[in-house]
Order: sequence, then structure tokens, then C-alpha cells
Amino acid sequence: MVSNAEIVIIGGGISGCAIAYNLAKKGMKNIVLLEKDYIASGATGRCGAGIRQQWAAEMNCQVAKLSREFFETAEETLGYDHDIEFKQKGYLILAATEEEDKQSKENVALQNSLGIDSRYISLEEAKKIVPILNTTDFISATYCKDDGHLNPWHTTLAFAKAAERLGVKIYTHTEVTGIDHQNEKIIGVQSNKGYIQTDKVVNAAGGHAQVIGEMAGIELPVYSERRQILVTEPVAPILDPMVISFSKDIYCQQVPHGAFIMGRGGENEPRDLKHSTSWDFLEKMTETALSILPDLKNTRVLRQWSGMYNFSPDKQPIYGDVPELKGLYLAIGFSGHGFMFGPATGLLMAEFILGEKTTIPIDKLHISRFEKGELIEEASVV
Amino acid sequence: MPNHDVILCRCEDVTVRDIHDAIDEGYYTLEEIKRVTRVGMGPCQGRTCLMLILRELSVLTDQPIESLLPDTYRPPTKSVSFDLFGGHPKQGGGAHGF
Repeated sequence: MVSNAEIVIIGGGISGCAIAYNLAKKGMKNIVLLEKDYIASGATGRCGAGIRQQWAAEMNCQVAKLSREFFETAEETLGYDHDIEFKQKGYLILAATEEEDKQSKENVALQNSLGIDSRYISLEEAKKIVPILNTTDFISATYCKDDGHLNPWHTTLAFAKAAERLGVKIYTHTEVTGIDHQNEKIIGVQSNKGYIQTDKVVNAAGGHAQVIGEMAGIELPVYSERRQILVTEPVAPILDPMVISFSKDIYCQQVPHGAFIMGRGGENEPRDLKHSTSWDFLEKMTETALSILPDLKNTRVLRQWSGMYNFSPDKQPIYGDVPELKGLYLAIGFSGHGFMFGPATGLLMAEFILGEKTTIPIDKLHISRFEKGELIEEASVV
Repeated sequence: MPNHDVILCRCEDVTVRDIHDAIDEGYYTLEEIKRVTRVGMGPCQGRTCLMLILRELSVLTDQPIESLLPDTYRPPTKSVSFDLFGGHPKQGGGAHGF
């Protein structure tokens, strides 16, 4: 292992890999990425892997749009030798209550003003997009045809391998155990494989972001909560877009391989950072899915698993530096959307770290917003 | 020497060669190999192929099989239809009948 680095990135999920790739592409040398398990082993590889631009908060819309534009050519840009399985068949978001219907209209107006091609549609139109949909419990829907889904492991490996080709040193199965600082400045990172001298550290640790914060003596305003998800056996293609209902608490997608992948938020999910599973998830998840997509009744569930949502107070990411500790950078608090924001995270963080003008302004996502109390909470989260 | 075209994972059509290629690429744990090849992720959930894959991995990476066993249990053990779990309760059966 190297003994010094220009920068140490903590976390081998999509955020860390994309930041490493963008920094290297911009010419930074001696970049090190540390991952305690393997690439995409945490929240990234466990997520639903949908990408949507249909948000209620402006910054989420902008970050999502920038990422979607990258995903469209990601395989070529990153020079990856495997299919990243990009399926761009849209997201259909169903409104079940008057309140949701009102929020949908507001969301579409905001999204359209930012150049996102979403539409408020009738249930008849929704039924044309998803013929197997049971519309009984709904009032209206919104649809954006440019949203989609990717394979999160291959997408992240594409970033990791491109970064390595540009000289980034990635150490997997290497756990950070301490962050060394002196006079309010970062001076090094301790891991179970050795010590690295550095004056820059990026916290891209996903579900463990607050643990890394503690190591640096910084209390971060984020926490992690378990989320569960299931996958079915592969069946013939019958569902084009990702289907979401916030009030019914479901997102559901059929991946190119044929399997359905779906998840829900749930109630009283533990915050103990364990990848545990519960029985009531299967019962509630399948019940909700059948109420929307009754044709799934004979489809078989293969397995369920869990991952972490790293929540910030306004359910928008935290990008930038930390006033109390020079050299510490944050890409945390994605609140369940770190994968789909990955490409933008990589680009914007690299620009910020190098002191460049960021492609879109990210000052509204700085950690100082919580002290100022200028919060606009994202309303549309499963 | 094994025939490299032999299919180890019948659900996802993964051959001996696919496993060797993944190991050559630097993936040394079952979890990583699963994710890049889909091995053991089909309807049988690895019940048919898991030990075969672990043996290949053990031989090629010189690690004992006991150290390679998966550490996470992912229910249900056997595949189950949506109707059985989430269907409306019926007389003498259905979701709450067992």
C-alpha cells in the first residue's frame, strides 16, 4: 500500500468511484480510494438502481438531470467492456390522494422549467404505458420517458475501472479506522492495511458516512436507516417503466434480465447499520405489488435483501467541504438516491475539490445550509 | 482439467470459464463473483451450484472452502409466489393460513 496520497477517497460505491474518475480525468495524480469490502458492496450495489428526474426539490432535479445525461453515454465514455444494462423506459409516478395529485402538478411545472421532459397524465394514458396496471386506487400520474434503470454493480465497476486506467489506486477489503488531523487540518488516514499521509479526504462512505465523520471528530447531520428490497424470478417483459407510488410505499421495476425488483420504505426500520431482513417486508411488499400489478400473482419471489439510506435533514445530498476541518470533503446524505446522482456527484465534487467553477452551482447543497435553516425538504421519496 | 464449457450454474447459464475469467479479473470472493456473473442468483438460489463454484474458487485462489461460505441469509429459502404471501386471505389457506 502507498504511504502518501494527494487525496484519499473513502467508499467504493458509485459516489467514491465517480469522484475518483473525475479527479483523475482532470489530471490529479496520486489518488487513492479505500473500500472496506468490495466495489459496490454497500448501498450502491443493494439499491433499486432506478434513475429519475421527477423530483419536488430543485437541486434534486438538477443533479438528477445532469446524471441522466451522463448515463445515456456512460458505457462508451467509461470504455467498459460489459453491458451496464441501461433501460431508458421512463418512470411512472402514481398519485393516489388529492394531495399527491396537487404535488404532481407542482413537480411537473418545476421539472419542465428546468428542462426535464415530464408530463402530468391521465390514468387512461398511464394504462397505455403500463397495460397491466390496476388504476383503481389512483387519480392521476406523472411520466418522464427519459428516466430509467441501470445495473448498479456494472455501472460502478465501469467508473472504478476507468479510474484505475487513469492511475487511481483502489484498495478493496481495506477499512478506514481513523482520520488523523492537527490544527483543524487533515494530515492522514489510518486503515487496517496501513497509514496514508494526505491533506485531503473525501467522505463518500454512504451508509457509514456518520461513522467516518466521528473518526474525524465531526458530527454530521445524517443517519442511516435500513431499507428492504426483493427480486423475482425472470419472466417475459411486461413492464416498461419504473412504477412508483409514494402513499402506497412502493417502487417496482422489471430489469432487462426479466426479474422484477421492488422495494418499500416501511415503518420503524432499524438504524443499527446491519443488513438484516424481516418477514413482514415480504408480506407487505407482495400485497402492495399485487394491488397495483395483479398479474404478478404467480410470479415467484427469489430473495430479499437490505441496504442503507443515508438520510440528510432535507433529503438532498450534502456536497462540499467542512468549515471546521480543512481538507475534509463530503458527498453524503443521498437519502436513497446516491446511485442515480452518481455521475453528477463525481463531476461536481471533482470540480469543487480542484477549485473550479462547478457545472451547476452547489452552494445550496453545502453542509452550512442546516445551520442557516434554509431548508426545502424533498417531498417525493419512497 | 475441467472442461471449461461445462455449465456450473444452470439457472443463469454460467460456465466454468466464466468463473475462471472473473477470478482472473481479480474477484476473489463469492459475493463479488455473484455480482459480476449472476452465478447462484437464479430460481434455485445456488442450491445446485454453490458448492461447485466454491470448489473452483477454493482451488484457484488457494483458500479453504470454509472461509468462502456466504455470510448473509436472504429469505425466502425457497422461491414463493406473490399470491401466497400477499394474496388476500382465503378460507383455510392463503397468506395467513400457515
